[in-house]
Amino acid sequence: MPLSDFQPVIGLEVHSQLLTKSKIFCGCSTEFGAEPNRNTCPVCLGMPGVLPVLNQRVVEFAVRTGLALGCTIKKTSIWSRKNYFYPDLPKGYQITQYDQPICEWGKLTIDMPEGEKIIRIRRIHMEEDAGKNVHDASVGESLVDLNRAGVPLLEIVTEPDLRSADEAVEYLKALRDVLVYLGVNDGNMEEGSFRCDANVSVMRKGETQYGQRVELKNINSFRFIKQAIEYEIGRHVEVLESGGKIDQETRLWDTQRGESRSMRSKEEAHDYRYFPEPDLPPLHVSDALIEQMAQGLPELPRPKFQRFLSQYGLPAYDAKLLCAERPLAEFFEACAQHSKDYKKLSNWFQGELARLLNESGGAVTISTLKFTPGQLAELLTAVEKGTLSNNAAKDVLGEMFRTGKAPDAIIAEKGLAQVSDAGAVEAVVDEVLAKNAGEVEKYRAGKKQIFGFFVGQVMKAMKGKGNPTLVNDLLKSKLGD
Amino acid sequence: MELTDLSMLELAAKLAAGEVSSVEATRACLARVAQVDGKVKAFLRLDEKGALAAAEASDARRKAGSPASPLDGVPIGLKDIFLTEGLETTCGSRILQGFIPPYDSTVVSLLKQAGLPIVGKLNMDEFAMGSSNEGSAYGPTHNPWALDRTPGGSSGGSAAAVAAREVFGALGTDTGGSIRQPAAFTNLVGIKPTYGRISRYGVIAYASSLDQVGPMARTVADTAALLQLIARHDPLDSTSAPVEAPDYREDLEGGVRGLKLGVPREYFIEGMDPEVEATVREAVKAYERLGATLVDVSLPHTKYALATYYLLAPAEASSNLARYDGVRYGLRAKDAKGLREMYGLSRDRGFGSEVKRRIMLGTYALSAGYYDAYYVRAQKVRTLIRQDFTKAFEQVDAILSPISPVPAFKLGEKANDPLSMYLMDVFTLPCNLAGLPGLSLPCGFTKSNLPIGLQILGKPFDEARLLRIARAFERENDFSRRLAPL
Amino acid sequence: MKLTIEQVRHVASLARLSLTPEEEQRYATQLDAVLDAVAQLQELDVSGVEPTSHATLASSLLREDVTRPSLPPEKGLANAPAKMGTSFAVPKIIE
Repeated sequence: MPLSDFQPVIGLEVHSQLLTKSKIFCGCSTEFGAEPNRNTCPVCLGMPGVLPVLNQRVVEFAVRTGLALGCTIKKTSIWSRKNYFYPDLPKGYQITQYDQPICEWGKLTIDMPEGEKIIRIRRIHMEEDAGKNVHDASVGESLVDLNRAGVPLLEIVTEPDLRSADEAVEYLKALRDVLVYLGVNDGNMEEGSFRCDANVSVMRKGETQYGQRVELKNINSFRFIKQAIEYEIGRHVEVLESGGKIDQETRLWDTQRGESRSMRSKEEAHDYRYFPEPDLPPLHVSDALIEQMAQGLPELPRPKFQRFLSQYGLPAYDAKLLCAERPLAEFFEACAQHSKDYKKLSNWFQGELARLLNESGGAVTISTLKFTPGQLAELLTAVEKGTLSNNAAKDVLGEMFRTGKAPDAIIAEKGLAQVSDAGAVEAVVDEVLAKNAGEVEKYRAGKKQIFGFFVGQVMKAMKGKGNPTLVNDLLKSKLGD
Repeated sequence: MELTDLSMLELAAKLAAGEVSSVEATRACLARVAQVDGKVKAFLRLDEKGALAAAEASDARRKAGSPASPLDGVPIGLKDIFLTEGLETTCGSRILQGFIPPYDSTVVSLLKQAGLPIVGKLNMDEFAMGSSNEGSAYGPTHNPWALDRTPGGSSGGSAAAVAAREVFGALGTDTGGSIRQPAAFTNLVGIKPTYGRISRYGVIAYASSLDQVGPMARTVADTAALLQLIARHDPLDSTSAPVEAPDYREDLEGGVRGLKLGVPREYFIEGMDPEVEATVREAVKAYERLGATLVDVSLPHTKYALATYYLLAPAEASSNLARYDGVRYGLRAKDAKGLREMYGLSRDRGFGSEVKRRIMLGTYALSAGYYDAYYVRAQKVRTLIRQDFTKAFEQVDAILSPISPVPAFKLGEKANDPLSMYLMDVFTLPCNLAGLPGLSLPCGFTKSNLPIGLQILGKPFDEARLLRIARAFERENDFSRRLAPL
Repeated sequence: MKLTIEQVRHVASLARLSLTPEEEQRYATQLDAVLDAVAQLQELDVSGVEPTSHATLASSLLREDVTRPSLPPEKGLANAPAKMGTSFAVPKIIE
C-alpha cells in the first residue's frame, strides 16, 4: 500500500464553548446538565419578535484568545446570518461571523518528535451554539432540547498545515491547553465543550495542488481523532489508487464501526445564504479593551513548559505533567520557592500528591487542597534533613490532605519524628550488637546476609524511628565493614 | 356627540376632570365595536376583561391622584404584530393561529405601564406584507369611509379601528409605508419614526432593517402624545438608538415661519390620480401661505426605491420567517411523514400566497450566485437613496410629498396583480430605506369623500419638527375633525 | 429573465415550502415579473458605493455577563405542537 506516495493535508476547525455565565445573546445560564429547556427564554427559543443582545464577556474572551494565539484583532467585525433548517436551530439561522471575523492570522507552535512546527491559524470568530437533537428510536421521534442553543462558541480555524493525524492530535491538545489556561474553555471534549471537525485530503508527493478535501465531523474524543483521520487518509488513498475520485462532501465519523460515512441527510449542498445580521450593529473593539486583555494574559502552556525545563532543570516528561494544568504549575512553583530539590519535589507531585488527588475522585483538586505550598515544602525539607523518613512523610501528607493540619503538628502528634541523632542511634546499635554477639560472630565470619537482621533489631528497638542511613552506616562501621 | 368621537387628549382631559371614567370610555369602545365592527372587521380579537381591568386600575390611580401618564386610561388598539402576553397574537397569519405569547413586547409593556387599556388586537396584512389588508388570513378589513374599499395596509386594522372610533388611538408598524398609507386612506395622522427610535423587541419581524413601530390617531397632538410614551432606548434591542426623545408637544404650535420645505420633483409622477395630485399640491401651497419657503429638490434615485425595497425586504423576511417551522409553536402539519415534509407542509399551509411569494423572492435574492447581483447591489442603491436625502436635507428642513398615487382603492381591485399592489408604496418606501422619519397628515378629500394624505419627511430624530409642521397645517382646516360616516 | 420550474423548485426547497404544481407555475410567472422590474437596478453605476448593511446609528450594545431568569419549561413549551417531558418532539428525519 503505497501510502507513502501520498502526503496527507489536514486543516482543523475547533468549536470551543466559552466559560461565560450567560449565553451569547440572552441572559440564560450556560450551565451543563439541566433538565431539557430549563435554561431557555423567548430569545434563545427563537420566538416571534425576539432580538439578540451581545454578551460583552464573549468579546473579551475572543480578544484574549486571539492575543494568546498571536492573531490580529480586528477593530471592526460584523455578524452574519447562516440560514438553514434544523430542529436544533430555533431561528432557522445561526448568528455567526462570516466574512469579517474578530481575529485573523495567528499561530500555534506544537512539538513533534522531529522538532517544533508552526500551525497557522486563519481566523477566530464568535458564534452561537445550536441546541441538541436526541433521536428517540422507540417513539420514532426526535426530542429537541434548546438549553445549549445560544451558548457562546469560538470557532478556531487553521490553515491546512497539518501533515499527519499525530500532528492533528498534538495541535488539538496544545490548543485545548491554551484555552483552558486562558480560562475561556473547560477542555471537556466528552461533554462537548471542545469540538473538532477535520478537513482531510491527500496529495501525491511532488504535486503542487492540494487534493479534494472532505469534511469529517462528529469526532468527539481525543482518542478518536487519530483513528478517524487515519481512516479517512487511508480511504482517500484507496480511492485514488484505484483510479477513483474523491467527492467533496461531509462525512460523519462512526465510532462503532470505526469508519466514516457520507451524510446522506444532506440532499443538496447547503446554500447558507449568508448576509449581514441586521439586528446587530458592527462590533467595534477599542484599543483600551485590547490592551486590558493583553495585560491580563497568563503565561501560556508552551512558554511555561520551556521555562520549567530551564529554570528547574526538570526532564521534559516532568515539566509536561506539571504544566498540564495552570493551577498545578502554579502550586509547584510556589513550593519550589522553598524547596530547592526540584526533581524530588516533582516526584512527590507525580507520586503521592497525584495519588491522593486521584483517589478523591475529583472531589479535591489542586485548587481546593487543604494545605499550602509552603506546608508541602516544609514536609519535604524535613525529609531532606532526615528528621522524617520517606514513608512517614507519606503518612503526614495524607493527613495534611485530609485535615489541612500543619506538618509539624502532625509529626509531633503522631510521634513520627525520625531519630537522626548519631549518639542516640549509636547507643542502640551498640546495645543490639552486644545482645546478639553470636550473630555478630557469624556476620564477621562471612554470613553477610544477616545484616538485615541487625537493621531490623535496631529499628525494632527504636520503634522504626531510626534514620535508616545513619543506622546502616553505624552498623557497617561497628561490624567492621 | 359620542364619547368615542373625542380625540385621545380630549378624553384625557375629561378623565382628569373627573367628567368620565376610563371604564366608561372602554365600555363605549366595546359598544362601538359591537355596533360597527361587523362591517369594518378591524378586530381579530377583543380583550374585554383585560381592558376593563386596566380601565378600573386607571380610574383608581386617578382617584389616588397619581395618574401613570398623560394618556392614562385612554383605550387603544394594537396591530396583531405586537406580542401581548397571554393574549393570542397571530400577525394576520394562520401559521400563528392560537399562538399565546409568553411575554409582552417592550412597547406593549410601556403602554401598560402608562395605563392605557388595550381593547384588542387589530387585523393586518399577513406578516405586514401588503398595502390593502387583503393579505390577512382572517379576511380583509373595510374602510370606514367607504366599506367597499380598503383601509390600506399593512396596518389596515389599526387605521380602520381608529377611523371608525372603535378605539381612540392605535399602534401600527411601517416597513414600506404600512402606517402612512393606511393613515392617508382613513383620514388619520400616522408617523413612522426614525429607524431605531422605537423598540422592536416583541414586534414580529418582517424586514429587520426597515421595520419601525409608530402611532396612529386622529390628531397631530394625539400622535405626539402617543409617540412620547414609546420613544425610548431599549436594552433588549441592539438597533435601538441611544438618543433621548424630546418633549414632542413642547413646541407643537410653533408654526412653520422661516422653514424651508422641499418639494421633490420625482414624487409627482405620471399616472397619479388627478384629485390626489391636485389636493396635495394645494396643501403644499398652503405651507407657503403659512410662512414656509418651498424649495424645489431632487431625489434622483427615487425610481429605484421600489426595486431596492422589493429585493431587500423579502430577503430579510425570508430569513426572519424561517423560525415558523412548526417545531416549537405555530401550525404543524400533523399528517406529514418525516421532518422535511413537516417543514414543507406546515409552511405551505400556514403562509398565505403573498408571504410565500416574498419568501421565494428573498430566498432567491440571497442564494448562491445571485447574492451579489441582487442583495448586495440593492444595498448599494439603498446607500444612494440615503445620500439623495442627506443632500436634500442640506437645503431644506423637511420634504413634502403625496403618500399614495391613488386614494383608497376598491377591495379586490389589485388582489391578483402583485406588481400593481407594490406600486402603491412608491412614495413611502424611500424613507424606510433611508431610515428617516415620515408622517402622514389628512390634507383633503376626493369628490366622493375619500381621504387624501400629505407626507412630511424629516431628518433623523426630527419627529418633533415634523409634528410641528403637521400641526401648522392641521389648525388651518377642519380635515382632521371630519369623521368617517359610520 | 425566465425562471425555470427547476429553479423555482430549488428555491422552494431552500425555503422549505412544499409548493403544489399550480403554485410552482404561478410563482414562476409572478417572480419573473418582479425580477424583471428589479432588473433596472443593474443599469446603475454603483462602483465605489458602500452597501448599507446596517440601518442603525447605534454602535455595539453590550450586556454584562450575568444570568437572568429563564422561562420555565411549562411556559416555553406552552405553544409546542408536540412535546415529550420538557423536550419539543419532532418527526424523525427520513433518510
